[in-house]
Amino acid sequence: MSATYVSLASSVAGQAATTLLGAVEAVLGFVAILAIVFFVAGRATGRLEKPLAVIICLGPALFLVALGLVIPAITTINNSLTNQQFLGQQKTKKVGLKNYVFAFTDPYTQQTIVRTVLWLVIVPAVAVGVGLLVALLVDRMKYASIPKTMVFLPTAISFVGAAVIWSYVYNYVTPSQPQTGLLSQVVIKLGWSNPPNWLITPPLNTFLEMVIMIWIQAGFAMVVLGAALKAIPDEVIESARMDGASGFRLFRTIQVPMIRNTLVVVLTTVMITTLKVFDIVFTINNGNFKTDVLARQMYADMFVTSQVARGSALAVILFLAVLPLVLYNVRQLRREREIR
Amino acid sequence: MSATTDPMSATSATSTDVKKPLTGPAATRAVRTAFSSPTASIVAIAIGVLWTIPTFGLFINSFRSKSDAATSGWWMFFVHPSFSLDGYRQVLTGQGGLFIPLVNSLAITIPATIIPIFVASMAGYALAWMRFRGSDAIFFTFFALQVVPLQMALVPLQQYYVHGLRIAGITVLPSPGVNGTLAQIWLSHTMFSLPLAVFLLHNFIAQLPGSLIEAARVDGASHLRIFRSVVLPLSMPAIASFSIFQFLWVWNDLLVAKTFGGSNPALQPVTARMQSLTGSYGSHLELLAPAGFLTIVVPVIVFLALQRYFVRGLLAGSVKG
Repeated sequence: MSATYVSLASSVAGQAATTLLGAVEAVLGFVAILAIVFFVAGRATGRLEKPLAVIICLGPALFLVALGLVIPAITTINNSLTNQQFLGQQKTKKVGLKNYVFAFTDPYTQQTIVRTVLWLVIVPAVAVGVGLLVALLVDRMKYASIPKTMVFLPTAISFVGAAVIWSYVYNYVTPSQPQTGLLSQVVIKLGWSNPPNWLITPPLNTFLEMVIMIWIQAGFAMVVLGAALKAIPDEVIESARMDGASGFRLFRTIQVPMIRNTLVVVLTTVMITTLKVFDIVFTINNGNFKTDVLARQMYADMFVTSQVARGSALAVILFLAVLPLVLYNVRQLRREREIR
Repeated sequence: MSATTDPMSATSATSTDVKKPLTGPAATRAVRTAFSSPTASIVAIAIGVLWTIPTFGLFINSFRSKSDAATSGWWMFFVHPSFSLDGYRQVLTGQGGLFIPLVNSLAITIPATIIPIFVASMAGYALAWMRFRGSDAIFFTFFALQVVPLQMALVPLQQYYVHGLRIAGITVLPSPGVNGTLAQIWLSHTMFSLPLAVFLLHNFIAQLPGSLIEAARVDGASHLRIFRSVVLPLSMPAIASFSIFQFLWVWNDLLVAKTFGGSNPALQPVTARMQSLTGSYGSHLELLAPAGFLTIVVPVIVFLALQRYFVRGLLAGSVKG
């Protein structure tokens, strides 16, 4: 008996070693190829040198981006105009905008879109609000790193990990039993004797899932806004204070205008992340109990329920929604470069 | 917690009798005194604690005995302390446990972090220092490609791994033969990381002192030589920032892993395993806690140890500088 246990353990260890070795080999192989290419191309001199260097340096990145992003994006737009159902289907027909019409007329998808818009409005606003509040509170405070690290830490936690963490907050047990979920325990102590089963009660569950996203994103907003606040010279704040501006007035008339650009960039960045939210909804309820969002339904259409064309249409809708946000960020960046 | 309770509500006595604006260190000192209001500190700490409680609960529960964790809340630990490592042992050694997925996560993350560093810093150098017609346009194309949600790329990319690239029925590129291996996950992460990576590294490399690169040129060093022996070593701060970014991103990713690793346990990283466990462990809260903690512990350690670089990357990516 113990012998089988040992052999099982050693086979597991063997599998682990093989996997890790494969990864290390891949990295070493990659670096070795690079070194050889550099060595051979380094022999070139004269007029050939620069074009060759450009090709070697830029080629791999351009090739990978074309293969992994540009061509697939075009293919997905193309797929969304066909009636493709399952992956790799050979015979497909052009159906025009039928999938888009479906997305906006199908009651279930309509609800998904409305819910995604709710996420898009609420999560960035609250996350940036909390982030700004903490950034202001700890701005120029002693020992600021302790509360900052506490708020920032969830940034390092995966959405899946966060979903597990929050299951101990939202877990439901009949009120007569000892509670295992923190939220139930707190509201029972506060006098709500019969709390609902949080995660399967719509529309409450959607908002509770948003709380998880806010929990993760607030730290990002805090750090970036905190840096912007720090960049306001002490002299400016001090002279404003001497002119009698303090508290909310100082905040509204000096600090917010001076960090406005950063504020907008943080807001759009959180919006982009929120639009693509997938993991939280997927892990907690798999989109059931009226919690589905665009990215989750799209995944199911593509890989679970064999509706590739419909899923592709949702992906294009997602793309069109993200587009203005990113373009705004690009424009902002361009302007900053011109100033420099 | 309205904004009116913020630290600025404290007015310092010094500002009323001094009429001339303060400058330099004096201003810094005055502002610092005015801003160190106890209310602000207490509110900040309170929010910090509120933010930590959920994670703390998971941590406590992961060390409680199975029966305790299943039947009572983690806060009961402070009333009836119990300590057990059974949950961890079971999660690590049990059938379908987390040991192999943890190894897989490592085996996915290391190449998927190192390969983009080289590809992107080479591209960043070319775009910053080997000016040629169109190099600016290429740079902005890279940056703008961040608009493409990776969701748009999933199906076509998977089709490419299986069948190769076909345009109008003609095979333009054969399948790379990586289907069903970790290589397709490395490759996918590399592709998806490039827009951000090229942007971050380009900005840093472009700010390296031009005199250094000129001097090397005058000494007869080729572009590739300059990249290898001047640019790469000097770019280490930016590379560190990006690596942490990419490490956390890849380790925490679920969508790419689920799409290209599928349900194959030999390819599953810890997030994907955890996600499928939440279903079957739903009734086993005692195992969910240690499993959940093992899922987050590696990124959290990396994050805490290298927070400085992470913040630097964050700021370079979304604010000027």
